[in-house]
Amino acid sequence: MGLIIGVLALQGDFQEHALTLSQIGVASREVRNPKDLIGIDGLILPGGESTTMSMLLESSGLFPEIASALKDGLFVFGTCAGMILLAREVLDGRSDQGGFALMDISVRRNGFGRQIRSFEADLLVKGIEGPPIRAVFIRAPVVEKVAKEIEILAEVSYSFDDDSKRVVPVVCGQDRLLACSFHPELTSDTRLHQLFISKILSEK
Amino acid sequence: MDAQSNEFGTARVKRGLAEMLRGGVIMDVVNAGQAKIAEDAGAVAVMALERVPADIRRDGGVARMSDPALIEEIQATVTIPVMAKARIGHFGEAQILQALQVDYIDESEVLTPADEAFHIDKWSFDIPFVCGATNLGEALRRISEGACMIRSKGEAGTGNVVEAVRHLRSITSEIKKIILADPAELFGIAKNLQAPYELVSEIHRTHHLPVPLFCAGGLATPADAALVMQLGAEAVFVGSGIFKSGDPAKRARAIVEATTHYMDPTILLKVSRNLGEPMVGINADEVDVKMAERGW
Repeated sequence: MGLIIGVLALQGDFQEHALTLSQIGVASREVRNPKDLIGIDGLILPGGESTTMSMLLESSGLFPEIASALKDGLFVFGTCAGMILLAREVLDGRSDQGGFALMDISVRRNGFGRQIRSFEADLLVKGIEGPPIRAVFIRAPVVEKVAKEIEILAEVSYSFDDDSKRVVPVVCGQDRLLACSFHPELTSDTRLHQLFISKILSEK
Repeated sequence: MDAQSNEFGTARVKRGLAEMLRGGVIMDVVNAGQAKIAEDAGAVAVMALERVPADIRRDGGVARMSDPALIEEIQATVTIPVMAKARIGHFGEAQILQALQVDYIDESEVLTPADEAFHIDKWSFDIPFVCGATNLGEALRRISEGACMIRSKGEAGTGNVVEAVRHLRSITSEIKKIILADPAELFGIAKNLQAPYELVSEIHRTHHLPVPLFCAGGLATPADAALVMQLGAEAVFVGSGIFKSGDPAKRARAIVEATTHYMDPTILLKVSRNLGEPMVGINADEVDVKMAERGW
């Protein structure tokens, strides 16, 4: 189909995203410098440490370039740390943690707890047919608030450490942005990536 | 969805955190102040311990798990993952570290081994483990015991990268041999490596180690990080190399940049300038205790 998807390759599991894209026949390009953004049809912000990525986004000169591409309507899919980079508000982050602040959600970093509270769950995702998606959550962010512009595509029920059991959004869409708090790139299920690609194709 | 379907401590969840640390730098820190400097510099995780390997070497004596209070103080200071070390075979220490909810346990040769025959049964823990290895056989034995990340051992606390290079090259060249081997040869290879056939076969099929391969032991400069990344490491551990140097904050930052841009000599040049005094270091053949020889 001739699309090229950029994958932010500063830190994290960017290779898994490239592999998933290749499995659905989509070409990808690792993005480490501003020139790598030229000609891409969409961008994936992978999982990793959001504080590290924020710092490397600044020093590489990518931050202002991606921010302006986002304003111009670039399609972006953020997973875990990538969701944090897209979120309008970040709770429990570092005060100097820079993000693109474009998606109208409020996320709490490591909101499910430390690594021992990381988990897998079956999810039903709106717009995805067939069996549930097996979602892998690793020190994942919790979506605490969403604006009315946000489309919640999937939710998970979780017993938090304060003994409250809550249902929280885990896949969110807004215009050309898609974000999930788990790691679809860690499983062999390609359907969320396909959803992102069909979103791009539908407007091309 | 029903919360009943939520599953904790699976291999995928435990290995997943190692995947997230790829392309990053894990830094040894001995107090909250250092942990803050490490996080500020862009570390993807910190290793909380009482003494860095260079000091363990200097002081001698038995090196044990750190005081939980020290680890807690570091956990309270940073938002990135916190790792801690347990002695080889010391599942008692590992149980305490799991109760403390550290994010990763390093069953480490840097501490004095507690068991001369057996490593920890790492499958029985919900916290993931990283273990050191000097060759592929050792790496696969650790993976068969449940390790979710392997780090080439190098020689910790020396500031000398030569052993890290030796171990990394050994592991990657043995992987290449397995990839090229005839399927019938895999049984003999497994026997020679003293490793499970299933893991050897998995490498033949997937062309990589079943868990991420990181590098540790003797890294001290941005160039060291770029070197081992080009040799096939997926992330780096820096122990004494940062906080035993003249300007830890600046050096830490430079090593983070070098680990990301390891293929870009222009950036490596830029970040290598004016880093101040590196750690002095010791030559591998002048070392009294070879920590890399601990573990079996």
